[in-house]
Amino acid sequence: MFRVISRGRIKSPWIFHLNTGSCNGCDIEVVAAFTPRYDLERFGCLLVGSPRHADVLLVTGPVTRQMLPRLIRVYEQIPEPKVVVAVGTCASSGSPFLGSEMIEGPADRIIPVDAYVVGCPPRPEAIVKGVVMAVMSKFR
Amino acid sequence: MIERGIEKEVEVEYTRLRIHFGPVHPALKEPVSLRVFVKGEEVVDVDIVLGHVHRGIESLAEGRNLAQALYLVERICGICSHSHTTCFTQALEEISGIKPSERALYLRTLIFEMERIHSHLLLLGIMAYEVGFDTLFMFTWHVRERILDLFEKITGNRIHHAMNTIGGVRWDLTPEMVKELDACLGEIEKSIKYIHDAFMDKTVEKRTYGLGVLDHSRAIKLCVVGPTARGSGVNIDVRRDHPYAAYNDMKEVFSVILRKDGDVYARTEVRLLEILESINIIRMVLDRLPEGSIRPEENIFRLMRKIQEGEAVSLVEAPRGELLYFVKTDGKGGLRRLKVRTPTFSNLACLKHVLVGHEIADIPVIVASIDPCLSCTNRVTIINRENGELNVVGMDTLRRRVRKKWMQ
Repeated sequence: MFRVISRGRIKSPWIFHLNTGSCNGCDIEVVAAFTPRYDLERFGCLLVGSPRHADVLLVTGPVTRQMLPRLIRVYEQIPEPKVVVAVGTCASSGSPFLGSEMIEGPADRIIPVDAYVVGCPPRPEAIVKGVVMAVMSKFR
Repeated sequence: MIERGIEKEVEVEYTRLRIHFGPVHPALKEPVSLRVFVKGEEVVDVDIVLGHVHRGIESLAEGRNLAQALYLVERICGICSHSHTTCFTQALEEISGIKPSERALYLRTLIFEMERIHSHLLLLGIMAYEVGFDTLFMFTWHVRERILDLFEKITGNRIHHAMNTIGGVRWDLTPEMVKELDACLGEIEKSIKYIHDAFMDKTVEKRTYGLGVLDHSRAIKLCVVGPTARGSGVNIDVRRDHPYAAYNDMKEVFSVILRKDGDVYARTEVRLLEILESINIIRMVLDRLPEGSIRPEENIFRLMRKIQEGEAVSLVEAPRGELLYFVKTDGKGGLRRLKVRTPTFSNLACLKHVLVGHEIADIPVIVASIDPCLSCTNRVTIINRENGELNVVGMDTLRRRVRKKWMQ
């Protein structure tokens, strides 16, 4: 029974995308990953509007002070088991904005992160690969 | 038998209800919080809460040298990154007196117009998505991939192009690229005509006509800029009014597109037709591209230290409107003050006027129609609720306050 459920999870991971103060670069690449050229939907992925429906959380951006409570709330709203993918250099290490008073990140300081996709911004293929790898390692 | 004619008296009258829209909302790709006051379905008042993307870039840039600041300034916005760096380098060039070569200026213009096409296509896709026309959204984003491929060929990057450097540009065009650009422009032109026809469709028309009207006088009063202003018939365009880069030579090639209606459809149509104008400009740039070097021989770090103390204001027409930079250098390769005024900052002021009177379901369409780019926009402003006093708090004061809070 459990194997059937986990198989189902691998076949249709639903994705929620949260912008925690990114420059838009990663966000448009995340959306571009869902458009015909890269087509994340062929793996059964779907971009959903509510964290309660999601299995995968894509975090972009260094976590700003105002988005910190939102990030924690969104993370807690996603039902278990869940996967977190940090997309972009900002979310992975906070790189260009390190030293700013307004930055609380990177994301792994606040929530557990399963996969990092680095790049400024990463290419859609990289995002696709990050999601697939995280899902395969955690839900199997 | 049930007696008829007796109706239940409804005593409850709808009062104002506050609905929080955002900051995490499926219709928004970026965090902004709108506090919408409604009566029934009708929007009565709107309060915008910003600052979710506030990263303190201006103060960060002041602690870094000019080469690092150029890198940082590009990260203000991922959609109009070339506008930000162009504006910044222009200010530095004005302070230092370094003159970029003609070829560099033309290449800047080329990337600028490609960026405008990419940004407008992105917005058109989002408009289609908000209207509920997902097929058109997928189609526009597919067309946009062509432009991103070209960006990758020319600059090596899809989003952050890193094309500008002090006194020139970093990458040159090869003859094969010119050929490919030409072929791609023809394809995009064809697709734009198709998208225009699709936007004339009855369903799109019903969702966008007469919605979110911003009339001419109000648009002037609220200092709206860019396509939002041009959709209301305000005739402004920095490319024509204060030409920069190579736009002085392009004056006869492009016209400023104006629409009088001021509704969502007018704003969308302005953007659609501006893509065709951009294609014209790119063709002219490729036609007239002068020969020569693209950047000064000297290393950027040497150049940076040569820039004397001074201040300058620089203006460009970003895809969303007028972008303004105030730069003050300290003469040692660093910055004393950087001030950025982005187009969305001026455009957001009109949001209250265009939203009031419409239904809740129309909010995403109207918000998308002014093309908000919120990662550019966030500022720290503190409003005193009791007496309505508004004061902008400087970073230092804020820092002190924050530290005080953390000490406790």
